[in-house]
Amino acid sequence: MLSDKDRIFTNLYGVHDWHLAGARARGAWDNTKAILDKGPDGIIDEMKKSGLRGRGGAGFPTGLKWSFMPKEVKDRPHYLIVNADESEPGTCKDRDILRHDPHLFIEGCLVAGFAMRANAGYIYVRGEFYNEAQNLITAVREAYEAGLLGKNACGSGWDFDLYVHRGAGAYICGEETALLESLEGKKGMPRLKPPFPAGSGLYGCPSTVNNVESIAVAPTILRRGATWFAGIGRPNNTGTKLFCISGHVNKPCNVEEEMGIPLRELIDRHAGGVRGGWANLLAVIPGGASVPLLPKSICDTVLMDFDSLRDQKSGLGTAAVIVMDKSTDIVKAIARLSYFYKHESCGQCTPCREGTGWMWRVMERMVTGNARIEEIDALEDVTKQVEGHTICALGDAAAWPIQGLIRHFRPEMERRIRARTEKLAAE
Amino acid sequence: MAMITADPKDVPHVAHFAFTPEYLAKAKALMANYPPGRQASAVIAVLDLAQRQQGWLPRVAMDEVAKLLDMAPIRVYEIATFYTMFQLKPRGKYLLQVCTTTPCWLRGSEAVMKACQHAADGETFSVQEVECLGGCVNAPVVQINDDFYEDLDEASIAKVLDAFRRGETPKPGPQVDRQTSAPIGGATTLKGE
Repeated sequence: MLSDKDRIFTNLYGVHDWHLAGARARGAWDNTKAILDKGPDGIIDEMKKSGLRGRGGAGFPTGLKWSFMPKEVKDRPHYLIVNADESEPGTCKDRDILRHDPHLFIEGCLVAGFAMRANAGYIYVRGEFYNEAQNLITAVREAYEAGLLGKNACGSGWDFDLYVHRGAGAYICGEETALLESLEGKKGMPRLKPPFPAGSGLYGCPSTVNNVESIAVAPTILRRGATWFAGIGRPNNTGTKLFCISGHVNKPCNVEEEMGIPLRELIDRHAGGVRGGWANLLAVIPGGASVPLLPKSICDTVLMDFDSLRDQKSGLGTAAVIVMDKSTDIVKAIARLSYFYKHESCGQCTPCREGTGWMWRVMERMVTGNARIEEIDALEDVTKQVEGHTICALGDAAAWPIQGLIRHFRPEMERRIRARTEKLAAE
Repeated sequence: MAMITADPKDVPHVAHFAFTPEYLAKAKALMANYPPGRQASAVIAVLDLAQRQQGWLPRVAMDEVAKLLDMAPIRVYEIATFYTMFQLKPRGKYLLQVCTTTPCWLRGSEAVMKACQHAADGETFSVQEVECLGGCVNAPVVQINDDFYEDLDEASIAKVLDAFRRGETPKPGPQVDRQTSAPIGGATTLKGE
């Protein structure tokens, strides 16, 4: 188990003061100039060595991502963009950073912006997080007043302006290019890649989009050293991670733990165990709504990191652990997610616009067994026709939960169909 | 896909909309967050201000926003019908946005939804089903205007709604004894200091 001295988010629950004075007392903004004195390349090297992989879901190495930005600023300014449009069902970790440790995060924005040679950064906060955005705006103002942001930020000689931009309700804006479109004042419809944002992002300028947690852990990594961070967790899956444990546990919570912690230990130690005991577990969605669920047999032993969960044909995603006990109507639970993706599809690509609605309607019939057995195969086939055939990953995200359901709970789906057929025949 | 629409019969005629000086100043301050010529970036923020001033977004308000940001009106209508937080018809004093996505559903959002639907009279309360609000470890969650009410059940949402009816503002956040997103009964970490 991770010890408190290795925890980065020491005010996760908002027990302490989130303003500048409180944040400084916990170690934020401590000699930030010394971090910036390493220079952009020094910072990026250290981030690469730490092994930090992006905390927004895809797990792309953060240092490498920063290194894609042009090495010098030419005719177009560089931008840091932070994705605080947290809306993956099950996920509520960035919310705690924004409202309870905004300074740690803002310091990360300065460090990341400096490393990618950006003089400006935009933080895209989901519109529903009104109060969280207000805390963040207040903290940004405090940072300006203390000379930590703005001209000659932290006495580094680098100018850095940071702006908070609120969204207005659209899951799709968590996709990085949809976020950029939205930030430009358009509908949040993803862009084709290439060009990638590092070449042409916000206003056609070099931009890098990072998750809140990835940015917020950067200053601590750079202060304590890449070796410290890389020493936590497992190779290629290093560091600490915020987990969100929701659903049928006795004590749902957010918690910062070591990457690679066994799922069972995570639930038992921090979330008070599964409701009714571990034996009452049916399935877990381990990384937010879009990753395939895992049945209890896998949950017994699986480790919570990118590679372990990928090996089980699921994913760490945002590390949002949704627990379902044996009372759960598992088909309905996944059908509800299908409705979510239907609702949130931006409508740009036909396979997703039409496919999400079709998959949801069939899933609703699967809930009551109002289907034929062959339709399970047809449903799976359609998920594969949507997956990989759209501009962004929302189509994939809509397909995976259904694929996971069929992979692990096909007998239950067939049982419902047979039960209904038999009932109808008997009448 | 979701398209935000309103039945024309629910949309009263509004002849004129102008920002008050206070709201106009706020709008200008937000527009200054973006580079020259990129004021369209502020469209969501300025529409939000118009909605806060008016309570909802009549078409004349969208037109005013278009004028202020030098955008074609259709570009503003597109935004107002794409993002779910924009209200295209009048709503009650308190908008109950009930999350029913799987993490909230697993913990009883159906009962919470029923209580909210029962309370919705269009004047004091309007109700809207919304997708994941991002408060999943405090499920079920209902957003009431700008605040999240968390860890709800049938009894506690009834209490919250009653308090609003009496003209009070009940304390947002968890409606059970717990510190924000920490486990009930006390945190398992960060116990030092």
